[in-house]
Amino acid sequence: MQRIYLDHAATTPTHPEVARAMLPYLSAEAFGNPSTAYAFGQEAKKALEKAREQVAALIGAAPDEIFFTSGGTESDNWALRGAACARARDGKHIITSSIEHHAVLDVCRLLEQDGFRVTYLPVDPSGLVDPEAVRAAITPETVLISVMHANNEVGTVEPIAEIAAVAREAGICFHTDAVQTVGHIPVNVDELGVDLLSIAAHKLYGPKGVGALYIRKGTQMAPLIVGGAQERGLRAGTENVPGIVGFGKAAEIARRELPQVIPRVRELRDMLRTGLQERVPGLRLNGHPERRLPQNVSVTVPGVEGEALVMALDQEGIAVSTGSACSTGATDPSHVILALGVPPELARGAVRMTLGRGTTKEDIERVLEVFPRVVHRLRAITGWRPETSCAGCG
Amino acid sequence: MQGVASMRVAVAMSGGVDSSVAAALLKGAGHEVIGITMEIWPPGRENGGCCGLAAVQDARRVAFRLGIPHYVVNLREVFARQVIDNFCAEYARGRTPNPCIRCNRYVKFDALLERARALEAAFLATGHYARIARDRATGRFLLKKGVDQGKDQSYFLYSLTQAQLSRILFPLGELTKERVRAVARDLGLPVAEKAESQEVCFIPDNDYHRFLRRHCPGDFREGPILDERGRVLGRHRGLAFYTVGQRRGLGIAAGEPLYVVALDPVRNAVVVGPERALYREALVAGELNWIAFDALQAPLQVQARIRYRHREAPATVAPRDEGRVLVRFFTPQRAITPGQAAVFYDGDLVVGGGTILFALDGSGEKESISTGAN
Repeated sequence: MQRIYLDHAATTPTHPEVARAMLPYLSAEAFGNPSTAYAFGQEAKKALEKAREQVAALIGAAPDEIFFTSGGTESDNWALRGAACARARDGKHIITSSIEHHAVLDVCRLLEQDGFRVTYLPVDPSGLVDPEAVRAAITPETVLISVMHANNEVGTVEPIAEIAAVAREAGICFHTDAVQTVGHIPVNVDELGVDLLSIAAHKLYGPKGVGALYIRKGTQMAPLIVGGAQERGLRAGTENVPGIVGFGKAAEIARRELPQVIPRVRELRDMLRTGLQERVPGLRLNGHPERRLPQNVSVTVPGVEGEALVMALDQEGIAVSTGSACSTGATDPSHVILALGVPPELARGAVRMTLGRGTTKEDIERVLEVFPRVVHRLRAITGWRPETSCAGCG
Repeated sequence: MQGVASMRVAVAMSGGVDSSVAAALLKGAGHEVIGITMEIWPPGRENGGCCGLAAVQDARRVAFRLGIPHYVVNLREVFARQVIDNFCAEYARGRTPNPCIRCNRYVKFDALLERARALEAAFLATGHYARIARDRATGRFLLKKGVDQGKDQSYFLYSLTQAQLSRILFPLGELTKERVRAVARDLGLPVAEKAESQEVCFIPDNDYHRFLRRHCPGDFREGPILDERGRVLGRHRGLAFYTVGQRRGLGIAAGEPLYVVALDPVRNAVVVGPERALYREALVAGELNWIAFDALQAPLQVQARIRYRHREAPATVAPRDEGRVLVRFFTPQRAITPGQAAVFYDGDLVVGGGTILFALDGSGEKESISTGAN
C-alpha cells in the first residue's frame, strides 16, 4: 500500500544530507569530546561551532546567542524556569496563553507550586492571542511573558512582533516557542523582537533529541541543567555532537529551500482544505483562515471520533493525528480545540493534517478520495445525520 | 474460528497472557488481526493493574511480536461515567457492585466494539474464558461457560445482548488456562509468565477503602451499627466501607462472632448478626438480561450463582412485576449481597441474569432489616 505521511508537525523525515553530515560523528572518524584540548576534541568543537552559525543564520541571531539543548521540550522548560528563577526577586507573575504546548503549560503549573502566579490568556475562536489582552494582564510583578509563535494543533500564527513590543515597552522578558515555525516560515529574532526562542531540530528535517534555545545577548538566565561548563556554563553535559551537526545542516537546508518550499506546500494545503470542505458535509476548519502555518490543515468532523478516524485512515496507509498525542497514542479532547470555544463533543472529532516538503499532489488527491469515504463509513456507525439548519427555529 | 474464511478481527489486548494468546490464535488461524487496547484510567495515577500504562506497553510489545498493528483507544470518559461513577454511587447506597460486569456491558462490548467496527473488523475478540454458540433452530446467540471450569468467566458476561454476542469472538473458550500458558510459552510471548490479575483493575492494590475515599466524592456519613432487633452496638464509618458477610473491622466485642448481614441506607445503618443470619433462601433481582430467550414467561429451574466465586446452587427463577425476578434457592445461601449479579445457568448455558436488589427470608416476604436495601 502506498503510504502517505501527513503529520509533519509531529516530526519530519530526516533529510538525507543531514544523515550524511552526521555519519562521521557517529563513527570512530570524529568522536572527540568538544571540551578536550587535543586535536580529537578540537575537530568536534569546530563542527559544533559551525552548526551554531548555521542555526543562528536561520533565525537572524548571533552564533553566541544559540544554546544547544536536547530538544524543544527542554528549551521550553529552560526558558520558563531559567527566566522566571533569574527574576524571582523582581516579581513572581508570568503571562502565557491557554493554547501553549504542555512543555510550557506544565512548567507553569510547577512554577505555581513554587509561588509564581500565572495568567493564562484566552484566545479568540481563530486561536489568536490579543496583544492588548497581554498589555492588560501586566502587573508590576510580571517578570516573564511566553506566547507560542504558531500553534502546533490548529496552525494559527500569533502576532508575536506586537506582543513582544508590548513586553519590551514594559521591560519584561519575552519568550516564544517557535518549534512549529522555525524552518517552515521565515523567523527572525530581531523582527520578532523576542528575548528567548525555542527550536527543535526534528521538526525541520533534522535529527531527534536536539534543539536550541536562543537567548538574546544580555538576557539574564539561570541554568536548568548544571554540572559542567558546556554552552558557556549555561547548559551542562557533553554536547550531542552528531545531533548538533545534523541540526546545523538541517538549518542550512531550510534556509536555502524555504523560499521554494513555502508556496508549494501552501498550494497543496489549500487544495486539501478546499477539497475536504467540498467533500465532507459538516466539516469545520479550525484555526485562523489566513494567519496560519502554510503546512497545516486542522478540521473538526462532527459525528466522528478523531481517534477512530486516525485509526481508520492508518488502515488506508494515511498518517494523520488528533493533535497532541500522549505517549500511548490515545487522546483526550485537546485543550487547544476547547480553548477555541469548540464544544467538547465536537472537539473529540478534531484531526490535524500537516504537509511536508515531500508531499505531492498525488498524495493530496488520494487523501481527498479516502478521507470522505472513511468519514462516511464512520458516520454510518455512529448514526450521525447532518443537522438541518436551525436558523429561525422557534 | 476454525474453517472460517479469513476476516478482519480486532482483539481487545490488555497486555495479559489471555488476550495475547487470543490474538496469537486468531493470527495463526489466518485472520487479519488488529490489536486494540483501552486506556480507561488516567495514566500515571496507578501504574499497575490491567488499565495502566504498563499494561498498554505490554500489549504493544505482544502486538509487535505477533506482527500485528496495535492501537490504543481512549475510553476514559465513558469508563469514568459508566463504571467509576456507578461504583461510587452503589457503594454509597450500601450495595456492593461488580464493576467488571458494567465495564463489559458499557465499555468493552459497547464503546470498544464500536471502535472495532470503525476499523471494519467483522468481530471483536477478547481473552475471556467463555463460549458463544448459535442455536440452529432459533438463530439466537447463546453464551456458554468456558471449558476450563476453574477459569470460566461467563458470570461477567451475562448482560451481553444478542447484537453484542453476534459480533464477539472468545478464542479461549475451548481451552484451559494451562494450555493457554503453554501456547504463550511456545510462541515466546513476552507476557507468558505474567501473574494473574485478581483485583479490580482500577484498584491494583486492592485497597477499596482508600480508593473510595480518594475517588468517590460523596460524603460517607457515619452511622449506627445495629443488631437484628435494632439495638445500637457501635458506630460505622460510612456504609461504603462495609459489605454483607464481612466480619472483621466492626470494632464490636460480642459473645459470638458478628457479621454484617445487611446495609440499610434508609437508616444509614450497618446491621450485624450471627453467622446463621447470613443465610437466606431467596432474592429479588432486577436489571435483567436474558440470553437463552427474550423474556422469562414462567418459573424456571436453574443453577444460580450469586457472586463470581460462588458455587452455583439450584433455584427457581420466577417472573415478578417491574422487570424483576424472584429467585428461590433449594437451600439457604450465605451472604446474598445487593449490587452483585445473580446469574442463571442451565448446565453450561447462561440463561440470563440480573442485579441483586435484596435478599428475602423463606416466606418470600422481605425481612424488615433488608427492606431499606431497595
